[in-house]
Amino acid sequence: MSTHRRSGFWLQLGLTLLVCAFIAVPMGYSVLAGLMRNAFIGLRSGLTLEWVGQVLQLYWPTILLSVEIALLCLVATLLIGIPAAYALARAPGRLARLAEEALVLPVAVPGLATGLALVVAYDGWGGFRQSIWFILAGHVLFTLPFMLRAVLAVMSSADLRILEEGAASLGASFIRRFFDVVLPNCRTGILAGALTVITLSMGEFNLTWILHTPVTQTLPVALADAYASMRLEIGSAYTLVFFVLIVPLLLCLQRATRPQTARKRP
Amino acid sequence: MTTTIKLEQCGKSFAQTRVLEPVNLTVNAGETLVLLGPSGCGKTTLLRLIAGLETPDAGGRVIFDARDVTRLPIEKRNVGMVFQSYALFPNMNVAENVGYGLKIRGVPKPEREARVAQMLEMMRIPDLRHRLISQLSGGQRQRVALARAVAAAPDVLLLDEPLTALDAKLRETLRVEIDTLLRKLGITTIYVTHDQAEAMALADRLVVMQKGRIAQIGTPREIWFNPADRYVAEFIGAAASLSGRVENGMLRLSGLSVPWAAPDGPVRVMLRPHALRLAGAHDGTGVEVCAAQFIGERTRLTVALPDRTLVSLDASASIIAVPGDILHAALDPAALIVLPESQTP
Repeated sequence: MSTHRRSGFWLQLGLTLLVCAFIAVPMGYSVLAGLMRNAFIGLRSGLTLEWVGQVLQLYWPTILLSVEIALLCLVATLLIGIPAAYALARAPGRLARLAEEALVLPVAVPGLATGLALVVAYDGWGGFRQSIWFILAGHVLFTLPFMLRAVLAVMSSADLRILEEGAASLGASFIRRFFDVVLPNCRTGILAGALTVITLSMGEFNLTWILHTPVTQTLPVALADAYASMRLEIGSAYTLVFFVLIVPLLLCLQRATRPQTARKRP
Repeated sequence: MTTTIKLEQCGKSFAQTRVLEPVNLTVNAGETLVLLGPSGCGKTTLLRLIAGLETPDAGGRVIFDARDVTRLPIEKRNVGMVFQSYALFPNMNVAENVGYGLKIRGVPKPEREARVAQMLEMMRIPDLRHRLISQLSGGQRQRVALARAVAAAPDVLLLDEPLTALDAKLRETLRVEIDTLLRKLGITTIYVTHDQAEAMALADRLVVMQKGRIAQIGTPREIWFNPADRYVAEFIGAAASLSGRVENGMLRLSGLSVPWAAPDGPVRVMLRPHALRLAGAHDGTGVEVCAAQFIGERTRLTVALPDRTLVSLDASASIIAVPGDILHAALDPAALIVLPESQTP
């Protein structure tokens, strides 16, 4: 390869950096604002962790609740989504395809509408209506299609079906096949689904805004609250906290979904 | 330890479409039976019925020795299977793949490892034991698939076009290896292929299939020398099909003739390249060379018979001919396949 790069390369690099800057600069600024003593004066006012401290103090329960709901939501979507995807991938006929479409419907409906529907339907169920399970139900409803789609995509491949037949030919029962062959070889789809579910649940606002009560506030709802009623610095510091929470998670999951390279020897 | 397989009235339909007419078939203990036919002839469906991956239509029965296994799924039939795409597990390494059947059967680890090592040794791939499937070549995958299929000592070995995915040269090598392996194991084997050379080389008995039914069953020799009909003859050897006539003890065919003891009447003659030989002007008929291909051990000529029918003729490698040359050819009666004319493929 020649060391002398052509002008096309620099043009592409420049364009890429420009696009990255377009996306990253506002976020970077927002995060930075949360660290400034006074965002209106700017960096000259000096840096501080005071706002972050206030956010943690004020909103710690909402952060915890969001993580809790996201994890519970992940468990629920895994437990429902994987078997459902498997059943749909294996079921022949038009009915299965119809079910597939129906399951994806919540994505097409605005979160507010889904939220309202849930509130109307479960209004009489006082205990449930006021618990975090109500929010969780909303999140599961919203995120399940993403899990289902991601898993279904890998499960419908003809290859997987043949792998299953291969395992069966070696004497493996359905349960053994499912855990030894199906799940490990759907890993990428499952992890991609998990990634989507966690991030969607953590960031979900529309639905949650309708469903929440003062004691079941999640991070994004509280974030809106902070933006509306607190100093700009607190809102920004809260954004920073959100990033700190979500970015490592994203990186981990992204790493895990990378195609399998050489594995350790047993 | 070897198993006899018996199929009784095994047919298969998928949504109104019958892909396999009800067949009766016995596979003798320890023999290698090859199912041969073009794609869509039902050979893979037949194999899958035997495997337990499909169940026959009502009335069909699959019997292993005295055991009726018709309703048993594949995992309960103790078969070994090699798939066209190998179906090796990408989430396991070579040794784990080969040992999977043993693990399922609860074989203790030390014993399992010894058996895996023995299998890899037998397939001459001991160095690959820690490799991932994605790191293997096609030929290596094939060997792993074979090792995996036989590791747990199955009663029946089933191979579905195992060499189709490989290039021609490797196919040749592996064909010989598979043949040696099957002879050594002495296990009842059913082998599906669309390649007649592969089928001939491996089969104890051959089942030629056509459009969901069995066209002919026999040893490779029987089928080569006595094909039941035009379809089998055409599928087995690239043969020209000519219409001829027997008259007064002579077979007349496109201007050629040869003594033939049969009642008078029209016949269909399947002509393989070696059924026609070059002869002298006194005992041969003049034919015109249309093309000559030197293919190493011989020269394959395409010649026009007196009635302008084009046929192939295998001549010795020393023959040098160019299009337009007139040579003399004669029929070799021993190599002719003569069928009643009424049959259609």
